Amino acid sequence: MIRVEIPAHLRTLAGVTTSREIELEVAEPVTLRAVLDALEARYPMLQGTIRDHGTLQRRAFLRFFACMEDLSHQPHDLPLPEAVVSGREPLLIIGAIAGG
Amino acid sequence: MSGVRVLVGTKKGAFILTSDGKRKEWEIHGPHFGGWEIYHLKGSPVNPDRIYASQTSGWFGQVLQRSDDGGKNWEPVDNKFQYDGVPGTHQWYDGTAHPWEFKRVWHLEPDLHDAETVYAGIEDAALFKSTDGGKSWAELSGLRKHGTGPQWQPGAGGMCLHTVILDPTNSKRIYIAISAAGAFRSEDGGETWQPINRGLHSQYIPDPTAEVGHCVHHIAMNPKRPDVLFMQKHWDVMRSDDGGSNWTEISGNLPTDFGFAIDVHAHEPETVYVVPIKSDSEHYPPDAKLRVYRSRTGGNDWEALTKGLPQENCYVNILRDAMAVDTLDDKGQCGVYFGTTGGQVYASADGGDSWNAIVRDLPAVLSVEVQTLQ
Repeated sequence: MIRVEIPAHLRTLAGVTTSREIELEVAEPVTLRAVLDALEARYPMLQGTIRDHGTLQRRAFLRFFACMEDLSHQPHDLPLPEAVVSGREPLLIIGAIAGG
Repeated sequence: MSGVRVLVGTKKGAFILTSDGKRKEWEIHGPHFGGWEIYHLKGSPVNPDRIYASQTSGWFGQVLQRSDDGGKNWEPVDNKFQYDGVPGTHQWYDGTAHPWEFKRVWHLEPDLHDAETVYAGIEDAALFKSTDGGKSWAELSGLRKHGTGPQWQPGAGGMCLHTVILDPTNSKRIYIAISAAGAFRSEDGGETWQPINRGLHSQYIPDPTAEVGHCVHHIAMNPKRPDVLFMQKHWDVMRSDDGGSNWTEISGNLPTDFGFAIDVHAHEPETVYVVPIKSDSEHYPPDAKLRVYRSRTGGNDWEALTKGLPQENCYVNILRDAMAVDTLDDKGQCGVYFGTTGGQVYASADGGDSWNAIVRDLPAVLSVEVQTLQ
C-alpha cells in the first residue's frame, strides 16, 4: 500500500476528512506517474491541481518529497524509493512556501 | 416572499449574503472554498439554485464548482480548459510573440434559457461553453481565431476575457470584452466574431483608434434595452446605442474617468453607475472619498452618491466584476451593490441614494453578483 500525503486544500477538495494520508494500491513498478495516476483515478477532482491537464507536468508551486529527498525534478517514470513502495514512508506532495 | 442572494467572490473564499426584500438584515454564509481565490460566482436565471463558481489558486490551478441548492453544497465539475487546436501566440508585454496559456477562469455566465449551458471567460483570453452543467467544456474558438488574436496583449492583470453578456432578445448575439484587446460581438451564438471598438480612443497604444488593443474594463447592459451598452474603459466611460458598433464618450463631469466597475439600473435604462478611481497607478478613489457616481441621463451628467459611504481616508478599489443590481422594485428603485478590495460589501436599496455596509471585513472582494429571489 502506497501512502500519500497531499496539501490540506486538496484534501478538502477531494473530501478526505479522516486522515492526513491517503492509501493507494499501485501495481509495480511504483513510479511517481503511477501513484499520481492512481490518486487522480480515485479522486478525479484532483486532475489538473497537481499536474497540468495536457502536459502532465508538475504544477510549479508543488513539490514531491520522500525519504528526506526532493523528487520534484526527477523523471516521473523512475521507480520511487523502496521505503515508499513498501509503505514504510509516505510520498509527500507539498505546496511550496510562496507568498499569499 | 421576495429576497436577494448576494454572491461574493474574494481573494480567500466565497461568501453568500442573504436578505429578504427589505434588504436591512443580512445573513452571511461562508467562507466556501476558504483560502482559494474565487474570481466569480453566478447563478442561473433559469434555476437560481444552480450556481457556478470559479475557484483558483497559484498552487493548485483552476477548479470549477457547481451548486444545485443555492450555494449550501458544492461539487467540483470539469476544470479542463483546453484550447481548440494549436493555440498560437499573442503579444507579450514587450511586444514579442507569447504562446497562449490557460491560467484561470475570470467570469462565468449562465445561459438565459438553459440551466445546463454556461459560458466561461478565461485568461489567456478565450471563451468556453459547457452544455452539460460544467461537466465538460469546449472552446468557441472563432473568437481567438478570427484574425486579430496575435495582436492582443495582456493588461496589467493578465490577458483576461472578463465580460460575457448574452442578449435576452436574440439568443445568437453575445458580447465579450478582453483586457487589452477590446470588445467583440457574435451574431451566431459564438461561432464567428467581430471587433466592436469604433469610437474608442486609447492614448496608451500606438494607434489610439486601432481596431483592437483597447483596455476595456467592463461593459454593462440593461436587459430591457439590449442594443444600448455602457463601458468603463481603462480611461473613459463610453456608451453605444447600436449594439457596440459605434461608441461615444459619456465621461462628462466625472472627477476621473478611470475605473473598473459599471452597471445599469434595473428599471431605468438611462441610469448608470460607476465608481471613479483616481488613476491607472493609484487604484483608490479620488480625494480618498468613496463615491458612486450616477447618471440619470445615460451619461455626461453625473451626481456623486455619498450617503453611507466613507468620505475620508478611503483607499480601496472596486474591481470590474464587483458591482451588481437586483431587480426588486421599491417605488421604482432597484438595489445596487458593490464590493471593495478592503472587504466591504455596500448595498443600496434605493437606487444609490443611501448605502450601508452589509459586511465589512471580508478578504479583498473580486466579484459581486446578485440574485433576486421570488
